[in-house]
This record gives sequence, C-alpha cells and structure tokens, in this order.
Amino acid sequence: MLLTNIEYIPGKKITKHLGLVSGSTIRAKNVGADILAGLKNLVGGELKGYTDLLNQSREESVERMKQQAQALGANAIINIRFSTSSVAQGAAELYAYGTAVVVESDTEL
Amino acid sequence: MSLGLFVFLTLVAYGIGTFVEKRHYKSIKKREVETLDLPAVNIKRIPTNKQITGIQMVSGSAVISLDYFKRVVASLKMLLGGRVRTYESLIDRARREAILRMKQSCKYDTGIIVNVRVETSSIGKSANNKNQIGSIEAIAYGTAVYFAKNDAN
Repeated sequence: MLLTNIEYIPGKKITKHLGLVSGSTIRAKNVGADILAGLKNLVGGELKGYTDLLNQSREESVERMKQQAQALGANAIINIRFSTSSVAQGAAELYAYGTAVVVESDTEL
Repeated sequence: MSLGLFVFLTLVAYGIGTFVEKRHYKSIKKREVETLDLPAVNIKRIPTNKQITGIQMVSGSAVISLDYFKRVVASLKMLLGGRVRTYESLIDRARREAILRMKQSCKYDTGIIVNVRVETSSIGKSANNKNQIGSIEAIAYGTAVYFAKNDAN
C-alpha cells in the first residue's frame, strides 16, 4: 500500500478513485505517564510519554485507514491528512483520512 | 500554597527550564544544518527532473511543555496584553523538533519532502481550558520522494 499526502503518486498512473477512507483512534494516557508529565510540567521540556502515545495512536489510525482501503480493493491512498482533537480531559482523538485509489505502474518503484 | 514554596518552585523552574530550552535550541540548530540535503517544502510538485527511486509518507511529532516560571510570566502577560514571548518559544521548539523528526524518519537521505503540513494541538490537562496553554503537540507530515544517489542535474 502506497501512501502519500500529495494528489498523485510519482511515477504511477491513477486508474480509479474509490473515495474517502479514514481511520481514527481515541486514546487515554495512563496514570504513570500522567504523573511523570505532571512533574515534567514544572521544569518544561519534552513530554516523551505523550509523544510516544500519540505516535502509536497515529500509526494505529493509519493502519485502520489502510484496512478500509484494502477492503475496497485499493492499492494506494493519496492526499492523506492528519488531525488531532482532544475529546475529553486526558483523552485525544487521532484521525487520518485520505482518498483510496487504484494505481498502475509506469515504472516499478 | 505558601509564598516561600511558590518562590522556590518558580526559581527552580526558571533555572532548569532555561537550561533545557537553551540545550534544545542548540541541538535543533545543529540538526537543521545537518539535514539541509533533505529539504522539506510545502509545494506539491516535485521541483526536479531526477529519477525517482521511491516514495514514503513520513511524519514526526513532539510534545513540549511549558515550565512553571514561564506559565507565571504568561499569566501576568495575559493581564497586560501584548506579545507573549514565553509561548512563542514553546510553539517554535515543538514545530521545529517535529520537522526534524520527520526528516529523521526518512529511509534514505537524498531526496525531498514535498507537501509538508505542520499542525499543532493543545493536549494535557489544560486542553479544554481556553485560558492557558499547558503542553503543545506539533506534528509535521509530508511525502518523501527519494532520488537515485549519483544522478546529475
């Protein structure tokens, strides 16, 4: 599965558009990371626990988007966008969406 | 909270926070120079005729939080209005770090990252509180386009 966030795939030709596919996850942080972050809030700097958590969640939402695209018979997703929103205190939603397409190769990448 | 503890916490936060920020900026500047061969641009077209050997969707993110001293300064600044410098450096650090991590997640180091988007969101306890910023998440993502290594042009 090829992923891009531009409207085409370099070196390939889009033969069919299959519509929007998306994936989302809502993750809450665990208490341990929360306490550490609370301490880190005093001196500032990077909150590694949160960075890792958000990265994992984002990967998961991309994975779900890919599964949806595969079910439609696509072999690539173009024009992907990410967005984050905080739905409740201590929980964040990570959302990824894009257009599922079928591509044919001019040249093999 | 007693005044003594407040002053103590503020001073500790100022000392460590300033040190951490300086060190972070130093590392950001160094890595920005190191990764000049892999430019990140926000145009969609690939600005070269080189032969493309691969594409990859890349992303990087960073969560940076404000120290206690800066939070106090910012809340005072909120009364007076004007530029809130302490927040500016927070967001700047998060964005630049995210872009650097995006570059570091690339498989090869010759190419270009096109259509880069940078987004920020506010997370943590104060995420739903409009009056203050707690920690900021910046995410940068784009499409890395790799070129053949010894291609003239």
